[in-house]
Amino acid sequence: MKFHKILSLGVLGAAMIAGSANAEVRDIRIGVDVPYEPMEYRTPDGELTGFDIELGNALCTEIGIQCEWVVQGWDGIIPGLQARKYDAIMSSMTINEQRREQVLFSDPYITPPSAWFAPKDVEIGTPSDETLEGMTIGVQRGTLQDNYVTDMYGDVADVNRYATADDMVLDMDSGRLDAVFLDFPIGKSTLLDSEAGNYKVVGEKITEPKEYFGEGFGIAFRQRDEDLAQAFNEALATLKENGTYEEIYTEYFGE
Amino acid sequence: MIDLHGYGPRLLEGALITIELGILSLILAVLLGLLTASAKMSRSWLLHRLGTLYTTIIRGVPDLVLMMLLFFGGQIGINQITDWLYVQFDIDIFINVNEFVAGVVTIGLIFGAYMGETFRGAFMAVDSGQIEAGRAYGMSHWLVFRRIRFPQMMRHALPGLSNNWMVLLKTTALVSVIGLSDMVRVAAEASKATREPFTFMIIVAAIYLLIASVSEWGFARLQKRYDVGYGEAD
Amino acid sequence: MEALMNWLEAQLADNSIFTLQTLSYYGQGLSTTVQLVFLSLIIGLVLAVPLAIGRGSKHAWLRLPIFFYCYVFRGTPLLVQLYLIYYGVVFVEGIQETWLWVILEKPFVPALIAFTLNTAAYTTEIFRGAIKATPRGEIEAARAYGMSWGLMMRRIVLPSAFRRALPAYGNEVIFMLHASAIASVVTIMDLTGAARFVYARFYAPFDAFLFVAAIYLCLTFAILYLFRYLEKRLLAHLKPASG
Repeated sequence: MKFHKILSLGVLGAAMIAGSANAEVRDIRIGVDVPYEPMEYRTPDGELTGFDIELGNALCTEIGIQCEWVVQGWDGIIPGLQARKYDAIMSSMTINEQRREQVLFSDPYITPPSAWFAPKDVEIGTPSDETLEGMTIGVQRGTLQDNYVTDMYGDVADVNRYATADDMVLDMDSGRLDAVFLDFPIGKSTLLDSEAGNYKVVGEKITEPKEYFGEGFGIAFRQRDEDLAQAFNEALATLKENGTYEEIYTEYFGE
Repeated sequence: MIDLHGYGPRLLEGALITIELGILSLILAVLLGLLTASAKMSRSWLLHRLGTLYTTIIRGVPDLVLMMLLFFGGQIGINQITDWLYVQFDIDIFINVNEFVAGVVTIGLIFGAYMGETFRGAFMAVDSGQIEAGRAYGMSHWLVFRRIRFPQMMRHALPGLSNNWMVLLKTTALVSVIGLSDMVRVAAEASKATREPFTFMIIVAAIYLLIASVSEWGFARLQKRYDVGYGEAD
Repeated sequence: MEALMNWLEAQLADNSIFTLQTLSYYGQGLSTTVQLVFLSLIIGLVLAVPLAIGRGSKHAWLRLPIFFYCYVFRGTPLLVQLYLIYYGVVFVEGIQETWLWVILEKPFVPALIAFTLNTAAYTTEIFRGAIKATPRGEIEAARAYGMSWGLMMRRIVLPSAFRRALPAYGNEVIFMLHASAIASVVTIMDLTGAARFVYARFYAPFDAFLFVAAIYLCLTFAILYLFRYLEKRLLAHLKPASG
């Protein structure tokens, strides 16, 4: 077993230091769940890449700290933060009230909608209680999409919950799922672009109600790490001003 | 030749993790098993009860649930303890429960309970006359344990030990579910990426069978060693 | 029933995790787990009897394949077998067009197949041991009576073998109950699946998993007592006369 001696910060220590104005921001570890293309994924030789990873690295450089990425499954990602396995989460996490009770969010750094995707040959109207009746819907366990689908359609449709987005795509490929509900950019990249012609978007992109879909993706910190959140917010503003953000955005989402 | 699509090296790393995990948890399980066996045979009412409680709970709950409880809940529990230590005594430590540690501890805990049963039976099979003889020679408790009880106990415990090891080896596959990159997880990832589940899963199955066969051979050699002094007929 | 639900709702009013909705997830999970385990055990048992007899056959062409099947299914993790069957069936050419797909599409049947094949392999070995342990004298007596092989199996060997196999089979039943927890890996909402859902939604590992652990513990005890009862009934003749 490893005993990590944390010299500067304990729980109380952190609370006390948080009060002082010039608290030093130290090197941090960031938790991320892969694969979630194009936001975060691995190249075949195992290297992490994606929009979150590049933006996160750029933010760290801007702040002047070293950031180390820690891969963590989605369903353990918030407990992992609280458990100090890492100091921040940058993993396509939507800011919403439920999570706000657990973590402190940065300003939103991107605001993607969610959308329904289905195989080309599945006849499915604009999603509603009637059109989804008896369908099998895939979602990633513990995501806002899971909460939304469970609450809205849990009674009429079968909801299959997956540990990763990859598992879900594989099951839709094999015909086990009639539709999936995903962050739009992820669905676009993994379903529309890479499996050209086999999938379609069903209905409108969805951003309401806000109690589920929140205000976009944010970086999550422990509640007491206000200085850290502040540093990231300032860095984000700088990157948006100097064009670095635009550059990274174009690289992953085009136009 | 089978095309592994570049997953060969990672699969090999995964196999090493499986073996490391298996051996470390086996060591922990043997230690816990010896402790449990002593507790259950002890004259102390409390120790006896504790031993029984431990084996009952472990044998009543699925491995996967215990593993998730320990992995997801363990860190929070440990942090509460370390936070309390910090507040009370100003001791500042941070213990990191990663997947590997959680895996070793859970599997060790689970099989400690089974080993306890194996060792208890084996200790009781040692002729008490021999122990008395040892005492009569003026041997200390420890010396009696080391020279008489342990070697003879091992002879009786080996079949159970080997059996538990085979089950333990297969249980290591569960760590892939909590996110450790053992060979099952690598194979699952590779199957999904390449859409060739048969290739990767059958390779993994073959590696498990290989490890099992090698261990079987190893246990047979050990058994021979501990059987020294007993007739072939036994 | 109405009154009971109202009472339950009142009891749960202060609890944000164990609401009626999450409890219903656990309830459905319990039912799925029980179905999955029960069905796989029954089918596995039916398969295991002929396999156990064949495993002791004089003919190598019959004995060796069964030996190989048992060796592979007992020597590899159930999780690997589950992955193989769940993901493997998809890649059988053209299966999506056949009627088989209707049952293989849902995760329940692939999991049931994996569990059944696994428990059948273990049960075969258990029965094999029990059949081998049939006292020589009983077989000789049956032969002396001029019983055919089939009659001897049915009347003499199998009934006593079943009884001898009972304690070991009880362990296998508990083992299957625990092994069924991995069904949640292929999206089945069994007991463990329900616990993982509650955990992911409320970030409450202790509540979610301790509760489910308690349910499994109760199920284990129920099985344990059932088999203890059966042993008492069926193995009474094996007890020492004084006891």
